[in-house]
Formats: sequence, structure tokens, C-alpha cells
Amino acid sequence: MNTLIAITGLGIFCLLFEILNLRKAIIPFTILGLLGVLALNFCEFGMEQSYYNNMITVSKFSTAFSSLFIILTIFLVALSHNFYHNHPTKISDFVAIKIFLLAGAVAMVSFGNLAMFFLGIEILSIALYVLAASDRLNIKSNEAGMKYFLMGSFASGIILFGICLIYGAMGSFDVLEISESSLSAELPIWFPIGMILVIVGMLFKVAAVPFHFWAPDVYEGSPALTTALMSTLAKVVAIATLFKLVSGLNLISSLENQDLLHTFEIIVVVLSIASMSVGNIMALRQVNVKRMLAFSGISHAGFMLMTLLTVSASAGVLLYYTAAYALAGIAAFSVILYVCRDHDNEDITNFHGLGKTNPLLAAILTASLLSMAGIPIFSGFFAKLFLFNQTIQAGYIGLVIVAVINSIISVGYYFKLILAMYSKEPNQERTGKPFLIYAAAVISIALNIALGLFPSLVLDLLK
Amino acid sequence: MNVSTILIILLIGAFATYFSGDKLSSKVALLFSLAALGCSILLLNNYNAGENISLITSWINQPKISFALNADGLAMAMVLLTAALTPIIIFSSFGNEYKNAKAFYGLILFMAFAMTGTFLASDGLLYYIFWELALVPIYFIALIWGNGDAEERRKAVVKFFIYTLAGSLFMLTAFIYLSQKANGSFLIEDLYKLNLSACEQFWIFLAFFLAYAIKIPLIPFHTWQANVYQKAPTVGTMLLSGIMLKMGLYSVIRWQLPLAPIAAKEYMYVFIALGIAGVIYGSIVALRQNDLKKLLAYSSLAHVGLIAAGSYTLTLDGLRGAVLQMIAHGFVVVGLFFAAEVIFRRFETREIAEMGGIRTQSPKFTSMFLILVLASVALPSTFNFVGEFTVLYSLSQINIWFAVLGGTTIILGAYYMLRMFQHVMLGETNSKTFADVSLNEGISFAVIIAVLLFFGFYPKPITDLITPSLETILQVINKN
Repeated sequence: MNTLIAITGLGIFCLLFEILNLRKAIIPFTILGLLGVLALNFCEFGMEQSYYNNMITVSKFSTAFSSLFIILTIFLVALSHNFYHNHPTKISDFVAIKIFLLAGAVAMVSFGNLAMFFLGIEILSIALYVLAASDRLNIKSNEAGMKYFLMGSFASGIILFGICLIYGAMGSFDVLEISESSLSAELPIWFPIGMILVIVGMLFKVAAVPFHFWAPDVYEGSPALTTALMSTLAKVVAIATLFKLVSGLNLISSLENQDLLHTFEIIVVVLSIASMSVGNIMALRQVNVKRMLAFSGISHAGFMLMTLLTVSASAGVLLYYTAAYALAGIAAFSVILYVCRDHDNEDITNFHGLGKTNPLLAAILTASLLSMAGIPIFSGFFAKLFLFNQTIQAGYIGLVIVAVINSIISVGYYFKLILAMYSKEPNQERTGKPFLIYAAAVISIALNIALGLFPSLVLDLLK
Repeated sequence: MNVSTILIILLIGAFATYFSGDKLSSKVALLFSLAALGCSILLLNNYNAGENISLITSWINQPKISFALNADGLAMAMVLLTAALTPIIIFSSFGNEYKNAKAFYGLILFMAFAMTGTFLASDGLLYYIFWELALVPIYFIALIWGNGDAEERRKAVVKFFIYTLAGSLFMLTAFIYLSQKANGSFLIEDLYKLNLSACEQFWIFLAFFLAYAIKIPLIPFHTWQANVYQKAPTVGTMLLSGIMLKMGLYSVIRWQLPLAPIAAKEYMYVFIALGIAGVIYGSIVALRQNDLKKLLAYSSLAHVGLIAAGSYTLTLDGLRGAVLQMIAHGFVVVGLFFAAEVIFRRFETREIAEMGGIRTQSPKFTSMFLILVLASVALPSTFNFVGEFTVLYSLSQINIWFAVLGGTTIILGAYYMLRMFQHVMLGETNSKTFADVSLNEGISFAVIIAVLLFFGFYPKPITDLITPSLETILQVINKN
């Protein structure tokens, strides 16, 4: 709870800094502030408390994921410095929006009431709409913002409708009360229907097939930093929330009571296979790096959905997977931001010869792509390993084999980028070594490798 | 002191090499690889004295993964092979200039690190991690420092990477499945104890086979090999053919056969036949090659086919012959690729048609090359003869026709190798001059030849080293 208040306060401070004309201090101040919030969040770890009539419930799950969100936001704020150097007057707005977005994200994993859940999702989404359209003179960015807004508001509407149906069935918005009454033998049909609608809305936010159509266009059109945010933070938040909804509302046992569990499992398996296959196959053909990563994100969403099959045991696995994926994503986007900062597109040709001109950044991008592809010693490998382990334990060996085949396919497009960096001649001069970009890239990949060397640190958090 | 010391030396060496700068890097790399060799010899002494040089500590709690390095005779033999070949390979590259040498030599040491780890690891997951790690450096070595047309090279290398990764991911799935059966443990002892049904064993065997058949490579998974061997820099080719292939063969003996013995017995004939098919196919294709490196690649395909056939016989002789031949082949193939490199340094060609007339200009090189060629065709008194003969003997115990067909490797091998020797070395004087071997080159050749001849006459130290552990593995295979 204190975390949420502190984050909101920090966002307001960012706006005040603009008024006081302290723009230069805004990034260091925000990073320090976020580090403070992170420390505060660590202190809350292990406490199980609820506030404001169960509006917010702090649990291990919520604090662990909040820490991940805060760390990701620190990186994204650090990257803002160079990204907005041409628009110094707007930097406080953009940083403040990111902080508010973080507040929404934290609310989404610590809700104790469906009203709070909806508030969180709206805070996050509206911030994202604004950020997607933030390059206001660029027609593509406008398009991205508009598309995302239209699609996103539909999804929000569907979620809201679902919540209403759940309320109609249970007579309460409170998660605890719903989860208790969901175990009763006779439930009105509205409850599963409402849950389906909520899950559909969340799948849209996750960008899982078949609700993924907005992602490539929006990712490509948005400013690169916003794309970084969407593909790391926003995706992680959405999948964590979806997981919390399914586990928090006792959906699995409730479905079991009504003999619907098998159907649910089939749906999850199908969605997960469809997401990873469609994402991977489409990614093979992309020449725009942002679009490619959008499709790769869709396929990773498919992997993350596998955790829904073993809800009771896989919270730790999900945390590990999302951390590995998001940290690799941050490292990759830091390099992309550096390489494409003076270009109006993010085509692979921009990366030609990066291995010769900037060996360090090329190595970092390579490492992050290898992590996403699941090569050991990077944490992406362990994430997949734990996920597969969990899934085989639950008896879905066929799903794991499909996932394995998808991992092989994904190497194809990740390596396209690696090949471009190392086996093509450089076609442009790259000057300047912006400190914050380098720092963000190095630290995020170092964290990624550290997670790979000591997986138990994260994996055992949610036991 | 335990075997992790070797790994630490190599890993530190890889980073030290990278940070020592382009000029010093080759010497630093050589130094560290020699240190690793010294350390492994020391450890071998301790091992022979009966000391425990294995290591086991827990690493990840859930699922239970341990950092377990088990050094038995078989593993030590392979570690020594790696430790001995790495300095030779590094030293042999001293005549070449590499761009960004620090990264190049750093990657070589890193690869040696990963391969040594693969041989030592006795936890399924740890083994898998090392196995995959070895793939990354060779990918970059072949891609960045390779030769030939960039576009073709890119295709060949990516194909190689995706192929091998595809195979090993199925192995990973098999490991996860096995560990579920063994209550979450990946330790080799626990996996050995499992009693799986024949059907389960069949699928496990197949998953492992996919990984190893691609790495070794066995027919029909060999299509990546010749192109990558040709396109990679010679150092990369030596690493691939000298050591990395042996990772696959070693893993067959260490992991595949004991984990799925019923399937191994059931389908023994199929897999021996695949190996022998590789022998004949490799030999025949080698006959028609014009590129020296490609010819050696196909000859290597033939030899490893025979080694694989030997391991699948599941007899002590077969396994022992396979291991002996692995070591012998490792040395001889490194020597042959080095000879190809020596010729390339002077003639700047790999086309056999453009060579010839070297003998008159450089007698020393000719005699050394001849010894290597003869060793490669398993002339008695060379180490290769010991290995190849034992394997053929074991094949004859299974079915005499396997031995007859496998024996063609010696006949066909002699034919294409001597024909190659004739076209490359003999003949009219070449218009281009060929300087005789330099001191550095001579040392590399001399070491390789000395090893081949010494163990050709006296293979007992190696057989003594490997036999007990092979017997243990056979016990596991025959436990039912």
C-alpha cells in the first residue's frame, strides 16, 4: 500500500518539477525516488495485509511483481533521458506518465476488489494510449495511438461487462467473497460467462492470439521507448494480472466443481499453442525490428500462458519467466534506441556492422536475443526450463514438444539480427556513447545473467 | 584440488585473453591452455593414486539441479584429449593474423571450457548447459572469422546452429521427463537407477539420438557438416572435428545407452547399420571431392560412423575401441586439417587440382603429412589402428557382415587418402614455391605424430584408464 502511495506521490513531484523549472534534475530525482520505492516495497515483502475494506491486498505475489515493475520502470526512465533530448519541455510529462502507469501496474497486481482491478487497468491503459501517440507530429505514432485506444477501450468495455456479470452472479466485487462463493456447487451461469469476458479482455492486453492484431501496428508506430515499455512492462503486468485473476478467484476449483475444468485446459492449451506458433511464424518474415519483437512478444505470451495450466504451483515460474523476458527486452531495446535514434525507421539494415562499430552494444543485443531464444546460461533458458518442467509435471508433454519446436523456430529470426550485426559491413558512423543507455543495457543484461546463475533467488520467492 | 580447477582456469583464461588485447591474446591463450593441460595431468595422477577428484554441490533447489562434476576414467580421458588438443590448436594458428584476435582466442578458450564441462558434468541439466554453451562460440568463430563467400557462410553456419539446437532441445525434453520419473533429480546416478518401460525408453532413446546424430554427425543428419567445415576457419574446423564431434560420441556412451538400454538392444542393428552406412557414404563422397577441407570432412564422417557403430554394439570391446578411436581420430584429424592450413598459407588455395609438386620442395612437410595420412587410414603401429581394429573386432562379434562392410573404411580410406596425397604432394614441380615447414608448424606436427605413434605401440595407459568406467557403464546397461 505504501508503495502505491509513494509512487503516486513521486508522479506528482515530477509534475511539480516542471512548474519549478527543474527539468534537468527530473531523471536523477525520479530514479532515486524509484529506488526508494523499491526499498520500501522490499520492506513490505512477506506481510499479508489488506487496506481500505479489502480494496488493496498486499501479498507476496503482489510485492514480488511490484518490485519487478519498479525495476523495469527505473530502466525505462533512465532511457528517457536520451530519448526525449529533442523535446526538453515535455520530459516531465512523459516521465510523470510513466510513473502513473507504474501506479496502475502496482494496483493491478495488488487489487483486492474488482473495482480496484478495473481502476488499475484503466490507469495503465490510458497512460499507454498517451505514450503511444506521444510523437504527435508523426502520423504513424498518431495511428498507433488511435488504434491502440480504439482496441483498448473495447477490451476495457468487455472487461467491465464481465465484472458486471460476476457481480450479478456473486453479489460482490470483493475478491475474497467471490472466491469463497465460487466454490459452491450451484453457481449461476453468469459467473463463468463473466470470467470468460474478463479473461478475453486480459488476453487482449497480453496480446495473445487471437487477440493480437493490434500489437504489430501499435508497436511499430509508437515511439521506440513506448514500444519498449509495452513489450516489457505492459505485457508483464497484463500476464501477472491475468494469473492473479485466475488464481485469486479460485477459478480452477470452481470450474472443477462444474466439470468445466477440462474445457478450460483445452482452451488454454490451444491459445498457448496458437500464440507461440503464430507469433513465431509471423516474426520470421519481418524486416522491422520493432515489429519482429512485437511478434516475438506474442509468442512469449503463448509460453507464459502455459503457467495457467498449473496455477497452484507456478507463480514463481511466472515471476521468473517474466523477469527474464522483460530484462532481456530492456537490454535489447536499449541497443535499439541507441542504433535507431537518428533514423525514422527500425529496419534491420540499421544494425549492419554493429559488431564492428560498437562491439559492447552488439554483444549485449546478442546476449539478450540469445536469452529470449533460450540458450543457457542466460535466464531465458532457465525460464523455459522451469516452465517446461512444470508443464511436463502436469502431464502436458505434447504442449511442451510444440513449445520446443517453437523455440527452434524462434532462433531463426533472432539470428537474423545477430547475423546482420556481425556478418555485414557497417553502413554508417555511430558516434557518441550516451552513458544512461550504456548503463541501462549493461545492468539489465547483467541482471539477466545473474538470474541465470542464481535462479533460486527469484524462483523460491513465492513459495 | 578437484576437476573444477580445470574449468576455472579455462574460464578465467577466456576472459584474461579477451582483456589482454589483440597483440598478446594468442600467447595468453596458449599459456592458459597449457596451464589447463598441466592441471589435468596433475589431476590424472591424483585420480590414478585413488584420490577423489569429483565435485558435487547443490545449485538450484526446485527443480533439484546440482553442480556435479564426476571424473571417472572415461571422462578424464576425454578431458585430457580436450586439454591436449586445445594448446596444439591455438599454437597451430600462430602463423595466421586474425582481426580482433582477442575475441577469437577468448572464444576458443571459452569453447574448451564448455567442452570440458560437457565431459565432466554428471548432472543432466548441467551437462545440457555445457553442451549448449559449446555451440555459441563455434557459431561466432565460424561466422566472423570464416572464409569464402559471406552469404554462403552465413547460410551454412545458421543451418548448423539451428540443426544442432533443434536436436538438443529434444534431448532437454527427454531429460525433464526422466527427472520427473526420478522425483525431480537430474543426477546421473538417480537417472541410471530408473526402470522405464520399453515404450518410454524408445522415445527417450530417439530424443537423445536426434541430438547426438546431428552433432556426431550420422547419416542422414550430416548435411550441415561439410559446408561448415569448409567455411569455418581452420581453427574452428579443428575444434569441431577434433573435440566437438567427440562430445556427441562420448554422450552416446555416457548418457544414451545406459539411460535407455532396452531400446539400445532392441534397435541395435538399425543404429549400427546407420553408422556403417555413414562409413560407406562418407568414403565414396570423399572420393569425389576437389576441395581438400571438404575431403577431410567427409573422411571424418566415415570415421565417426565407424566409432558410432562400435559404441552401439554394447560390448566392452566396441565401447573401448570407440573411445580409443575417438582419441586417435581427434589427434589425426587436427593434424590433417593443420596440414591443409599449412598448404593454404603458401598456395592460398584449397583446390586439390591446383596443388602438386610439393614433395620436391619440402621433404620434411611431405614426410610428416604422409605419416598423418597413413595414421588416418589406420596403418598398423599407429594409434588409429588400435582403435579401428578393436571396433571392427567388436562388430564381427555382432555380425560378420557389419565387420566386412565397416572394414571398407580401411580400403576406401586408403584409396581416397593416398589419391589425395598423390595429387597434393607428388607430381610435377609446381610453379608456385612452397617453403618447408617453419619451426612453429613443425612443433605442432611433431607433437601430434609423437602421440599417435606412442599410443600406437603402447595403448595400455589409455585402455587401463577407460576400461573400469566402461565396465561400470556396461553393468548399468545390462542390469535388467
